[in-house]
Amino acid sequence: MRPFKTLQKLYDEESQVVITEKGSPPRALFYGEGFLQEDLPVGTRVIFPRPPMAGVPNVKAAIRWAINNPDGMDPLHALLKPGMRLTCVIDDISVPLPPMVTPDVRQSILEVVLELAADSGVDDVHLVIANALHRRMTEGEMKRMVGEKIYDAFYPDRYYNHDAEDPDGIVALERTSHGEEVSVNRRVAESDLIIYVNVNFVPMNGGHKSMGTGVSNYASLRHHHNPKTIRASESYMEPKASALYRSNERIGRNIDKHLKVFHIETTLNNRMFGAPTDFLAKREEDYTEGDRLKFQAMRYALSKMPRAAARKILNTIPAPYDVTGVYAGATEPAHAKTLETSWKQYVVPVEGQSDIVIFPIPFVSPYSVNSILNPLLVQVMGLGYFFNLNRGVPLVKKGGVLILLHPAYDEFDPEHHPSYIEFFHRLLPETRDSMKLEHKYEKEFAENPSYVHLYRKNNAYHGVHPFYMWYWGENGRQHVGKVIVAGAENNHVPALLGWDRTDTLTEAIEEARGFMGRSATISLLRIAPTVMVDVK
Amino acid sequence: MLAGVGEPSPVPASLTSPPLECQEARCHMPSKAAFFDVDGTLVKTNVVHVYAYYAMNRGSVSGIAGRTLSTALSVPLFGLMDSLDRKTFNEFFYRYYAGLTEDRLVTIAEDMFEDVLQPALFEQSQDLIDQARRSGCKVVLVTGALDFTMRPLARHLGADDLIANKMQFVGGKATGKVIPPIIEGANKANSIRAYCAKEGLTLDKCHGYSDSASDYAMLAVVGRPTAVNPDLRLRSIARAYNWPILDLK
Repeated sequence: MRPFKTLQKLYDEESQVVITEKGSPPRALFYGEGFLQEDLPVGTRVIFPRPPMAGVPNVKAAIRWAINNPDGMDPLHALLKPGMRLTCVIDDISVPLPPMVTPDVRQSILEVVLELAADSGVDDVHLVIANALHRRMTEGEMKRMVGEKIYDAFYPDRYYNHDAEDPDGIVALERTSHGEEVSVNRRVAESDLIIYVNVNFVPMNGGHKSMGTGVSNYASLRHHHNPKTIRASESYMEPKASALYRSNERIGRNIDKHLKVFHIETTLNNRMFGAPTDFLAKREEDYTEGDRLKFQAMRYALSKMPRAAARKILNTIPAPYDVTGVYAGATEPAHAKTLETSWKQYVVPVEGQSDIVIFPIPFVSPYSVNSILNPLLVQVMGLGYFFNLNRGVPLVKKGGVLILLHPAYDEFDPEHHPSYIEFFHRLLPETRDSMKLEHKYEKEFAENPSYVHLYRKNNAYHGVHPFYMWYWGENGRQHVGKVIVAGAENNHVPALLGWDRTDTLTEAIEEARGFMGRSATISLLRIAPTVMVDVK
Repeated sequence: MLAGVGEPSPVPASLTSPPLECQEARCHMPSKAAFFDVDGTLVKTNVVHVYAYYAMNRGSVSGIAGRTLSTALSVPLFGLMDSLDRKTFNEFFYRYYAGLTEDRLVTIAEDMFEDVLQPALFEQSQDLIDQARRSGCKVVLVTGALDFTMRPLARHLGADDLIANKMQFVGGKATGKVIPPIIEGANKANSIRAYCAKEGLTLDKCHGYSDSASDYAMLAVVGRPTAVNPDLRLRSIARAYNWPILDLK
């Protein structure tokens, strides 16, 4: 007879955790621009995202309440003075994922703030996108983010992307106590008041990272976007366990000492899928016949169409996120509230780590909106983001196996990711050692005039960005014993990334069990929507 | 310095008065250079525009009329030859300079720069060159045009050096012959290699910029090639080799 303790495990107190049984339905899993339907071994722990929290009933009312009742600062109307220089700094297109249904919450915030500024006699207003070393947003994307009215009034002279390579556009502030350089966009630095408009998609974002990273430059970012800092971070999503967060905190505190920054942070719920695809957020146990039919139809259609077409279709489906909280004021007290709400939505407590963890990799990442999830981005999704979706203890045991579900195709977007191509095909064949890559090649890529030009004048990620993507996976790489990409359609991409490959998930689990032992425990993080684990 | 008549090798024609920042850059002993093709890469014009300007400034009514007419009539031929073989095109084309005096050519070059080249500069050319300098590169223009026509442009852009064709002068008058080897195609690559050896630069760290597949050798010889406003052939080559592609405006 099965011991009582084991029976208890099957019916975990959290309904988001389901232990696979003989009669469990197959799982609907993201697989790049397509889906897989897979039966998992009995005993596999499946961790589902929490259902969406209720949104605030009136977003603009919540914004007004927040800016009138901020934490650690005077209300916004008291900070606005006629004739002052005001700059609104706005999170870029990397959040949320996929882009949200319009009106974007940033538009709602700006509509409230800009009206208040105009009523207060503040005319010198600029809107700066905090894209750091990300690609510049296109005109269409910029218009979608803030709405036509604001776009027409401010673009292009007073609504633009931050340029981290503008030789006259950056101001250096005093260094931190750790010697970290602190650089800020000149317009921002020379403003009497800065309003940071944030969308907090994951707990890693917001807080000091907003200003410390968003409107900074390579000279400053290299102090924390490096392998050493990443290795010292247990999880990017948990401030207490993140050296990355601590570095941003030091930089951010320095910024707060010199500049007056009023943060408006917002949290979203987990409503990633609208009506036609809302079944994707359900547990398969709860699928209706209609859901099953829709899933099969979608899976079949996506598998039969060219990948570019599937990508195009998936990129056109916005997420109907609801705003769950608006918090305003000084950096730290406002962000503390944001984190609480964020964890409430995302965190699922689980008992213990697993020997083998499966991550389905979807078609989108923060760095591939309207673009291609190239091999480096698959890597960053698996070993960077998903691995770090925890509160300091990874879901996979030290030396365990990660299984990623993705075709791992050798495709890059030359418009958005030109330097990724060189990084992948020239550097990775030589070494995968982050320290060596940083020491030998980072500066060369960062200063390559062609990449700088493409970043400044076109819509390319900065030349150094592929290094950051590689570093981002560093703590995951150091932690796991093996990575297997299941369903990889070629041999060379997994080989260059240092991974094994199999044709199917079943084969990958077999290989992982061969590595970890027949009694190895298995967990599936049934992402997306977003889910974080709190491993007890 | 300009190479004299009969000099065998295409020694780069250093600018007579390099800008101050160039002298500073030299103090830092850069180990790499950025080599820029000019026509179509940094400026919208090509050698035909330049020659047409000279034709229009022949100095006498009959001269202007004669050269303008012959240039106009030759345009289709120029186009055909340029598309087939840049070397033949250059050799044939530079014959049209025969008989013009050296001092006249140099004087007109300054006006030609202001009237033809400067307005044709891509707005972003200077940004790209400045970025190359900030990244520690020497800036070198490599062009199939004649050196005296390009010197004002090189000075304007703040280039450190110029590798260009040199007209042969006899008795102060152009013979219409270019001192060999003509800077084009594979010879651009040879010149760059020779320049790097002479200046102690690491070829593998150097950048190359061009718009034309005829400059494939020049791009292939440097470690960091970039296609700029590329023609169809070069765009396809750049895609195949994963070279960055810039569209300068």
